[in-house]
Amino acid sequence: MRRRLAIFLLLLVVLALVGAGCIKKESNVIKIGVFEPITGANAAGGQLEVEGIQLANKLYPEVLGKKVELVIADNKSDKVEAATAAARLVEKEKVTAIIGSWGSSLSMAAGDIVRQGKVPTVGASCTNPLVTAGNDYYFRVCFIDPFQGTVMANYAYKNLNARKAAIIQEVNNDYAVGLAKFFMDSFKQLTGDENSIVAVANYNTGDQDFSAQLTNVKAKNPDVIFAPGNFTESALIISQAKKLGITCPFIGGDTWETQEFLDIGKEAVEGAVFSTFFATETPITAESAKFIEAYRKEYGKEPAAVAALGYDAYILILDALKRAGTTDRVKLRDEIAKTKDFPGAAGVITLDANGDAIKNAVIKVVKDGKFAYLDTITPQ
Amino acid sequence: MTLDLFLQHLSNGISLGSLYALIAIGYTMVYGILRLINFAHGDIFMMATYFAFFGIVTFGIPWFITFPLVLVLTAVLGMGVEAVAYRPLRDAPKISVLISAIGASFFLENLTIVLFGGVPKPFPAPKIFTDVVQVGTVSIQKLTFYIPVVTLISLLGLVYLINKTKTGMAMRAVSMDHETARVMGININRTISFTFGLGSLLAAVGGIMWGLKFPQIQPLMGVIPGLKCFIAAVIGGIGNIGGAVIGGFILGIGEIMLIAFLPNLTGYRDAFAFVLLILILMSKPTGILGEKTAEKV
Repeated sequence: MRRRLAIFLLLLVVLALVGAGCIKKESNVIKIGVFEPITGANAAGGQLEVEGIQLANKLYPEVLGKKVELVIADNKSDKVEAATAAARLVEKEKVTAIIGSWGSSLSMAAGDIVRQGKVPTVGASCTNPLVTAGNDYYFRVCFIDPFQGTVMANYAYKNLNARKAAIIQEVNNDYAVGLAKFFMDSFKQLTGDENSIVAVANYNTGDQDFSAQLTNVKAKNPDVIFAPGNFTESALIISQAKKLGITCPFIGGDTWETQEFLDIGKEAVEGAVFSTFFATETPITAESAKFIEAYRKEYGKEPAAVAALGYDAYILILDALKRAGTTDRVKLRDEIAKTKDFPGAAGVITLDANGDAIKNAVIKVVKDGKFAYLDTITPQ
Repeated sequence: MTLDLFLQHLSNGISLGSLYALIAIGYTMVYGILRLINFAHGDIFMMATYFAFFGIVTFGIPWFITFPLVLVLTAVLGMGVEAVAYRPLRDAPKISVLISAIGASFFLENLTIVLFGGVPKPFPAPKIFTDVVQVGTVSIQKLTFYIPVVTLISLLGLVYLINKTKTGMAMRAVSMDHETARVMGININRTISFTFGLGSLLAAVGGIMWGLKFPQIQPLMGVIPGLKCFIAAVIGGIGNIGGAVIGGFILGIGEIMLIAFLPNLTGYRDAFAFVLLILILMSKPTGILGEKTAEKV
């Protein structure tokens, strides 16, 4: 009995020592939370961003003489899970800053949590205006949807000569609904015709059968279909549309740029056009060249725009930390807000009053089973 | 709405409905024999699509060899789940088995996420299934003709097996009373294991058809179809195989027609299934073809 007690006490002492060791080590580490969908419907997009963030962490592992440690929290492509994951980063992990998330809905679910916890958060590719609006602690390194919607409406009107457009939107996704609205406003203005949007069809995240919506859309005979939404559903929509005999072009937003969009859509997505943030064909800064080379070496494939943005979010936070000279979150927030002419991999970043970056958009097309660069659009 | 448009919607509805029917058959059969709602059915269905993916894409086995192989593997998986999650609880209260079923379902989902990753994968659909046939202005995928045929064959095969064979007789005996069946010399464990194998095989058939129609697979893909087919089975009268087929068609065609005629309600598509379930249960508590049996106490 006594021996057992001795062993127990010994264990306790060892545990206490190990625990103390951990705490001591932690003060030399700056934790940055990575808030991304690693599983679920948006996983492919989230993982691309994580790749970019991890690459940046590998190239720039230290700041203020401390090691930067990434804490990855999976928001499971789900708004409820997203709130839980964000709360974990803020309250349990006590991270200095957060990067993410792919998917505006998921970012918006975390909005209140990071604001109340005063953790500066930098979104990589979440484009809905509401992510940063009214939230001092949320920033992003990409453009926002009012611009993206205009870009695609212009493309449809001028390049495709479309006068009648149909919308197929992921109705429970804030990103898709927002982008569709900006597209519709802009398209109506361009055509000068209130009735130029001939059909608006909805679907839910995770739906697999779109035959009824597509049959309705087909009956309206549009010149172009704008279908902002998640890449898996979008790929299924386009391939089901082709099978129903819909021949008009499909255009969409930045979420399409994942390998899975090509794998699932196969030949059906050939010719699909969408707007995004960055193309390797037109590197913008010295950082772009560095990023592209390191990414190819690390992952053996071409980087997607969102990977570059994940990378940018990380180096932007590091730069702000350097300027702040401390890990104090409020001071860090103020420094991030002051970011001006910062050379990122996906372009030069200047944050406006809302915390949004003002940047060019790139238009890409699916050609021969790959994403190909088409055009660059500058905001007016 | 023009006639052409309506026919296109109808063909879409039949195609979706027959798919629901196919999966609902397996659900209802296991319930009919064991009085157990196998919540892992949707996940076994998901595993089947992954088996097919690995067979065709990773190992490069042609589809006509892969698909039968998938059926066998999935049946074995189903028997495995039964042996691990349900057999030890044979004499436990019904609620324990139900909880175990939900546990098995979560286990399979998370195992798949860990092993194969959460990123959706493309299901390898051979061209002969996905080609499109034009009938007038209506475009119909060849698969739309195959799925009802497969459903019908499964239905007839199952009815024959249960009503005309010795194994089927054993299954029916087990469904009536475990103890008495055992006294009569029926190997209960083997019969139940066989039932699960058969149910899982049907899930695999449904999974392959689902994958061919919607060529994208991911670890949580079984949840919603599993739930909808459970509803289809309940609508038709759970335990009744013919009822499951009717329930599947009602649900599939109903969903498509909801979107066709009331496009604004598209977002409530999944809710539609539940509302339908409530309405039918209110007027016919045992489902459309359900037997009116008093609960044995």
